[in-house]
Amino acid sequence: MEETHEIALTVNGVHRTARVPARRLLSDLLRHDLGLTGTHVGCEHGVCGCCTVLLDGDPVRSCLMLGVTAAGHEVTTVEGLAAPDGTLSPVQRAFRECHGLQCGFCTPGFLCTVTALLRETPDPTREQVLEGISGNLCRCTGYQNIVRSVHRAAELLARPDGEGGR
Amino acid sequence: MGARVFGEPVRRREDARLLTGRGRFLDDLGPGALAAAFVRSPHAHARIADIDVSGALDVDGLVAVYTWEDLPGRVGEPLPLLIPHPALTHGRTGYPLARDVVRHVGEPVAMVVARDRYLAEDAAERIRVEYEPRPVVVGVEAAARAAHLVHDDVPGNVGAVLVQEVGDAAAAVAAAPHVLEFRLEIERSASTPLEGRGVRARWDAADESLRVYSSTQASTGVRAAIAARLGLPNGKVEVVAPDVGGGFGVKIVHPWPEEVLVPWAARLLGREIAWAEDRREHFVSAAHERGQVQDVRVGFDGDGRVLGLDVRVLHDHGAYTPYGIIIPIITSTQLPGPYKLGAYRAEVTSLYTNTLIVTPYRGAGRPQAVFCMERTMDRIARHLGLDRADVRAANLIQPDEFPYDQGLTFQDGRPLVYDSGDYPELLRRVRAMIGWDGFAAEQAAAAARGRRVGVGLGVYVEGTGVGPYEGGHVEIDTAGRVLVSTGLTSQGQSHETVFAQIAAEELGVPIDDVRVTTGDTRRFGYAVGTFASRAAVLSGNAIALACRRVREKALRIAGEALEADPRDLDITGGVVHVRGDPSASIPLRTVAVLSNPLRYAFDAETAAATQFATARPVTEPPVAPGEEPGLEGRGYYSPVRSTFAAGAHAAIVEVDPDTAEIAILRYVVVHDCGRLVNPMVVEGQIHGGVAQGIGGALYERLVYDGSGQLLNASFMDFLMPYATEIPHIETGHLETPSPLNPLGIKGAGEAGVIPVSAVIASAVEDAEGVRIDAMPLSPDALWQLRSRRSRSTDPGAC
Repeated sequence: MEETHEIALTVNGVHRTARVPARRLLSDLLRHDLGLTGTHVGCEHGVCGCCTVLLDGDPVRSCLMLGVTAAGHEVTTVEGLAAPDGTLSPVQRAFRECHGLQCGFCTPGFLCTVTALLRETPDPTREQVLEGISGNLCRCTGYQNIVRSVHRAAELLARPDGEGGR
Repeated sequence: MGARVFGEPVRRREDARLLTGRGRFLDDLGPGALAAAFVRSPHAHARIADIDVSGALDVDGLVAVYTWEDLPGRVGEPLPLLIPHPALTHGRTGYPLARDVVRHVGEPVAMVVARDRYLAEDAAERIRVEYEPRPVVVGVEAAARAAHLVHDDVPGNVGAVLVQEVGDAAAAVAAAPHVLEFRLEIERSASTPLEGRGVRARWDAADESLRVYSSTQASTGVRAAIAARLGLPNGKVEVVAPDVGGGFGVKIVHPWPEEVLVPWAARLLGREIAWAEDRREHFVSAAHERGQVQDVRVGFDGDGRVLGLDVRVLHDHGAYTPYGIIIPIITSTQLPGPYKLGAYRAEVTSLYTNTLIVTPYRGAGRPQAVFCMERTMDRIARHLGLDRADVRAANLIQPDEFPYDQGLTFQDGRPLVYDSGDYPELLRRVRAMIGWDGFAAEQAAAAARGRRVGVGLGVYVEGTGVGPYEGGHVEIDTAGRVLVSTGLTSQGQSHETVFAQIAAEELGVPIDDVRVTTGDTRRFGYAVGTFASRAAVLSGNAIALACRRVREKALRIAGEALEADPRDLDITGGVVHVRGDPSASIPLRTVAVLSNPLRYAFDAETAAATQFATARPVTEPPVAPGEEPGLEGRGYYSPVRSTFAAGAHAAIVEVDPDTAEIAILRYVVVHDCGRLVNPMVVEGQIHGGVAQGIGGALYERLVYDGSGQLLNASFMDFLMPYATEIPHIETGHLETPSPLNPLGIKGAGEAGVIPVSAVIASAVEDAEGVRIDAMPLSPDALWQLRSRRSRSTDPGAC
């Protein structure tokens, strides 16, 4: 029998535990052990960005991390981006408004990447947007509407009246 | 009619779940399944001498290992040849697991089933296969030389020779005042959806039925194939395409070996089994496309009018031909595009090589065809010293010439007759949008500052909406919900939204009341699939026809209830009412109740349909002869032939004088897909297509070495464009309705990708003055073209 390790981490604000082999990827831990299948796996070699999640707020490729190394950390996945009452985050709303997704497979990675990008750079230039999403592949949209979505999300976030959401 | 939704940029109904991680892709379908993994051939061509599985047996969690010898009866037979054609004289397909010989790297040799994927791969790794390597055939030229054979019983490695001919092209070329002769090459690329293939199956032993999920573009075809191979009636096999993470053509092939093996093993073991393809598997064991070599002879007059075009194509179809010769057919028939060519002949020799199979990828043979035709137009213009756009204009079919018969037979076996279009207007608009006529001055000004810029353009025609048919089912239930289903599948094309728009418009109901299901054989069992830009045309029209039937029935039933003539009724916002008298009305949900005569009421609402409550005459049966209970209807749309979309693209590029790096400064698309159902969705399709076209033009090539190893089978090495590589795409629409279908629509899914290589080649050639004959064009390749030109006085120069 393969040796397993008991780990504890916070996922989307909830304390979670799992018993996993040391080699279990964080992406597989999230998807198969914790049932959070919103995080997708497109290449398993760290290029496509589909599996991007936020680790203590920073975007990471969950296919390049072992689950056990996430022990004690705080992970946010696409399931954790909307408000507890289901209200979409400004980034999610912007992607919907601007048709920033087609098949939706890469989308969770983009949403996590862009959430972090706008936290760091609330009013990005076009170049900053391109640079910011240049680690995520999308095969459907040609990126044009994703770029629009990012600018729109920045607008929504900047609204002081709360129209921009959380 | 309700608020207009047809033609509006209605926001997508798919997004709510996809944005919140609630999409259900193949590998998201929950725990409880065993995992399959495959041992795949590391050799491009070899005889299997021995398979020793003993090393795998002590892997913890191993459930089963299978090789070809374990496969009973039809399960072990060669996979079907999906599209037979008389010209495909030597069609060959592989076995679900290799039998004796492997013919490409990645061919499945053994299947492992284990508790999870990690353990399945542990076991797969321990299986020892002894191979006796055979000589390898890589590339069409080696295949044509036929020093070695891919299949012992296929002489010359030739699977098919396909000839398409109108008039005597050789004679027309020979008699023409001007003749050019040249060779063009297009390399391999691939659909590369971000979700790979996958299949999951569950056998219900008590019910003797199978539930299969597959990341497929053709769930009904998968069902038919599985049912046939496992000896089950169709009705005992359900196939569902869940959310599918992109297809772009590759997922139309079926059944994949895995689609046969996983359900078979699930039934045998009585356990649910899932297999999700990993990225390397996708590169070496799904399918590729594009690779062609074209030898062109063209004869033309002094105005650039083509008098004769004679093209010989070597097409690389890889190791097997499960999808027949659809790509050669499309290349050879779509090559004339929007032009009147005088005489035309294309001869495609489709060849076996020891590489992965070649099956349609978005565009499906058209990017190669358009590259050939548009490169030819540019050559003619250069030769005569004429404007490239003017030469195209001189050859275009005119708006008053429709329907225009090209005299060829298209991929649906029907005549290649263009139904409608306005090609001169497409060209005029793209010229205006890109600033074609003033560009020479811009180019000179840039040159004066040491910058190299160039402009290029391309025009194309795309046969879309091929048959044989699709169907739609529409049901309005007693809660007023409109349930729409169609059998074809979705991979991101927004069908849930677009089909809901069509249904809402036809029925006069709020779009929020409409729910659409696609690709689920439980809901709709007759379908062909999603390919060839056909979903909106085929299923869109079928759903519209089904809605019209339901509407007619609703008006008749409402007419009885309201004591009104159905011709005086209309439906608005889900309520049937007398025109001009809003007070005389009845909601569709009540009509649905009345449509189903009841003995037993299940709530107050349905009491209205019970036998002591209805107003129907007692002398007539409750369900009239020829009628059916329920407010539902089915419709099929089966086109007599394809409908032809068209477009013109133009680009301005800048090339770095030192590094030969190519940047696209502007990219313009003018597109005509008939009536637009949802312009937002169509533009999204165009953007995505153009981005794939740019990938194919500048970055993406699949590189096989001489021993048949794919050298760049990862995203590190196969360069798909990121956002940083794709320019802003400017789009314009022309709407020339198709006269062939009730909605007047044409397909839009593939348009974006088709002319991009031709356009970029044209623009780079304009910037550099070197002849571009091969795509994709890397900075390295362009730098070499420059060097060759500077070393000699002519060959590379235009």
